[in-house]
Amino acid sequence: MSSADLTSERDLPPEREASAKGDVAPERDGPRDTGMDDASLHRWLTRTWRTPPGIIGALSSVDHKVIARRYLVTAFLFLCLGGLNAVAMRIQLSGPQRGLIGPDLYNQLFTMHGVTMMFLFAVPIVQATGIYLVPLMVGTRNIAFPRLNAFSYWVYVSGGLFAWVSFALSMAPDVGWFAYVPLSGPEYGPGKRADVWAQMITYTEVSSLAVAVATIVTVFKQRAPGMSLDKIPLYVWSLLVTSFVVVFAMPAVMITSTFLILDRLVGTHIFNPAEGGDALLFQHLFWFFGHPEVYIIFLPATGMVSAIIPAFARRPVFGHLGLVLSLIAVGFLSFGLWVHHMFATGLPKLGASFFTASSMMIAIPNGVQIFCWLATLWDGRPVIRTPLLFVFGFFFIFVIGGLTGVMLASVPLDLQVHDTYFVVAHFHYVLIGGAVFPLLGAAYFWFPKITGRMMSERLGRWHFWLALIGFNAAFFPMHIVGLWGMPRRVYTYPAELGWGNINLFISAGAVLFFLSFVLFAFNLVHSALKGAPAGDNPWDAGTLEWATSSPPPSYNFARIPVVTNVEPLWAEREALPVATGLRVDARELIISTVAEAHPDIREKSATPSIWPLLAAISVGGTFLYSIFTPWAIVWGAAPIAVTLIGWFWPKGDPEDEE
Amino acid sequence: MKRLASIAFATAIALFLQGCAGWQSALDPKGPAASELAWLIWFFTGLCAVVWVLVMAALAVPLMMRSRERLEPLVLDAGADNRKLRVVMTAVGLTAVILVGLTLLSFFANRTLAAIGSDAALTIRVTGHQWWWEVRYEDATPSRILTTANEIHIPAGEPVRLLLTSTDVIHSFWVPSLSGKLDLIPGRMNVLDIKADKPGVYRGQCAEFCGAQHANMGTFIIAEPRAKFDAWWNDQLQPAAAPSNDEAKTGEDLFLKRPCVMCHKIGGTPAGGTVAPDLTHVASRQTLAAGTLTMSRGNLAAWIADPQGVKPGSHMPVVDLSGDELNAIVAYLEGLK
Repeated sequence: MSSADLTSERDLPPEREASAKGDVAPERDGPRDTGMDDASLHRWLTRTWRTPPGIIGALSSVDHKVIARRYLVTAFLFLCLGGLNAVAMRIQLSGPQRGLIGPDLYNQLFTMHGVTMMFLFAVPIVQATGIYLVPLMVGTRNIAFPRLNAFSYWVYVSGGLFAWVSFALSMAPDVGWFAYVPLSGPEYGPGKRADVWAQMITYTEVSSLAVAVATIVTVFKQRAPGMSLDKIPLYVWSLLVTSFVVVFAMPAVMITSTFLILDRLVGTHIFNPAEGGDALLFQHLFWFFGHPEVYIIFLPATGMVSAIIPAFARRPVFGHLGLVLSLIAVGFLSFGLWVHHMFATGLPKLGASFFTASSMMIAIPNGVQIFCWLATLWDGRPVIRTPLLFVFGFFFIFVIGGLTGVMLASVPLDLQVHDTYFVVAHFHYVLIGGAVFPLLGAAYFWFPKITGRMMSERLGRWHFWLALIGFNAAFFPMHIVGLWGMPRRVYTYPAELGWGNINLFISAGAVLFFLSFVLFAFNLVHSALKGAPAGDNPWDAGTLEWATSSPPPSYNFARIPVVTNVEPLWAEREALPVATGLRVDARELIISTVAEAHPDIREKSATPSIWPLLAAISVGGTFLYSIFTPWAIVWGAAPIAVTLIGWFWPKGDPEDEE
Repeated sequence: MKRLASIAFATAIALFLQGCAGWQSALDPKGPAASELAWLIWFFTGLCAVVWVLVMAALAVPLMMRSRERLEPLVLDAGADNRKLRVVMTAVGLTAVILVGLTLLSFFANRTLAAIGSDAALTIRVTGHQWWWEVRYEDATPSRILTTANEIHIPAGEPVRLLLTSTDVIHSFWVPSLSGKLDLIPGRMNVLDIKADKPGVYRGQCAEFCGAQHANMGTFIIAEPRAKFDAWWNDQLQPAAAPSNDEAKTGEDLFLKRPCVMCHKIGGTPAGGTVAPDLTHVASRQTLAAGTLTMSRGNLAAWIADPQGVKPGSHMPVVDLSGDELNAIVAYLEGLK
């Protein structure tokens, strides 16, 4: 786009476009931000966009930042709980034939660890980071469908509570996070444990689908004027691709868990081979979701890396277009690999070889990403701060995980290491290296934006080294003990196999790694209370979220910025050009075109409402009740209908009547 | 920090070397399939290690630079970025070449593995149960069909075909020093060919999570010279040894009167249950409860007296027996060589 186009955009605020079409009758208009002085603009916008006071007000909030903060805190708590599960397991495994934890509890522990980390920590926290940052990065005032977003949080919380209350009652699932039938089926999974797994999946999938839809629409329709597709920050791209992967992958697992609960609750025999069902069908359906799931967690983390590296390398990312195409390629390819989780099921050899090829192929776009990031760092010494250290940790660990992934892609090799500690090591290298290290870097990077205070750099460096050493001490030896023949998911092992010493070493590393998170939690709390004030842009980064104050006001931007560059704050050093013409007495957003981000229309954003909470309670109650009887769907439909009608009741807004 | 890391590394290496000679280790192959796979593992590992070192070296480049931190954003130099583009494209090209190579390598390794058992003369049907293995030796003559449990005797140096299935949940058969694993899936039959080069005992265990006692579902492949194997088969076909003394006779009576008989089979007696391991020659086996305990008088007694303590969740119920009754049953079972 030429600069001439942009000038004309700047001169053409959306109100003029809109009124030119005769959409808005001038007499119904409230005050606009055009020409308003900063102080009264701030007063107007605060009154319009703030979260209402009081407890009801807080529960009604639809502010994406408020919801995201809740998500982040909740997901961090689940991380701690999942981590405690892991520590308990490591204590049990620290020596052969230890009797601390019996098989019943141990099987619940590793299932809860997996379920919590995947569904209650990893996916929610990457989406929550997106909920916070995407609207800021694209320069809008709230996420699309803000009430749906609030709803998603409440559904997520109720799913998490449901799972953990079951665990407290010793009713937690004990069938592993992928809950293969027939073990989780009606015959071999007595009690309610597998039902808890199935419905917990449904809760969290409903919530992540809601967030995905809101994210996609925000990115497509609410970008600041001028932010054409080629100027979208990579982090936003990563969330966009992830959201599409969520939209296509999550239905597969919802079908899986629904079929399972139908088998268990009403006897459908979908997965029962004795009645013409198929136990392998479950695995195909589950992994059709399960493999993209890994990329749902990993892709946003690559977005974080792409945001952190340029800020500290002091230049735009090398190969922006290549990185975008790689993200999209990974998104597509992630759906073509699921069978590599099933090589040991005895599939036809030629078909399995095809999945070897596709699994190898995904290493190419991931390689492109790694090489582009490295090339970005080659222009001299980067500014080394804690966020960048964690990105270095990401390279160190994730590349190992990626390479062992290449090993697992090979059918014959996989048959030796599948379902052993080698695989446990591999996916922790991929998920902790590929997602948790970038997330920790992101925490240090964006903490100042969220709280207005810097995190302690000194503690941050201690945290980094402790995490790096603890992680590798805990997980690297797992590769070896896996090759020595130790299968995963065993609550104990005989002394004569000689796995005792190495497991003790692993357990010590795990404790060290856990302590690094204790240090992190201390740093978070300490810095939130006593950290140095951050200012708007402490890292002198280039994307739009740094253009507003830290923490951002409820309305995000006093005036909507106009974007001229991928790093707008580097391109426009003096003052960011802005678009004006939005009403200040109503929650108005600029809706822009998908490709060029031309301002198109002004659109109302939803106001705070308690209905999403009430709807989430009725949905959550229905899911909970449904593990006991199919009638739950009938009785639950009534409160859900009532709350949804309340939520969508037309308000008689003049705009809606036009 | 660096010293700590190097100590950790040295410890890891030491631990690694210590455990290399396990009897359940993929790195200690004892058959052609496992040897092929061990070679593949080492080749992949070596190549991956080289790639990793190169990536880390590329990452270290900017950190080695002596220049000071530049706080202002860089003014981009199109020429420099073009040179970088060439480097990146070369790296991507190399990645693609390596990946194609590895794909072909694994394809051909798969073919080699498939050829190992093409001439297998002996077929053994292995059925997974929670939490033990039913082992049935197939033969054209029905009277020579043999059913046993948990220990699989095979002739050394000959390929053996295993037919894998399950009657309850999914299990996975894995004896790392002989071959890769393959699942036992209810409603399906999988074929795994194994071959042990030399006589020996090779341990394996279930590799697919199958419930409470997944950890205690071991199996042993016992490879013997052909003559010894044939003799073993003939011995196993014999009905159970008659009790050799009064105590054992009492034990047999008790076994047949108590719930034991509902689940277990003892050839030559009315006991014909098939839901639990065949005990006709139980005392000839090396372990009890699928590798949980070694075979001994004490362990037999412990297992019968307190199965839920030895293997919590196992389907073996506690049978109410007095001390004398327990001793009698143990004396009887001990004689079932």
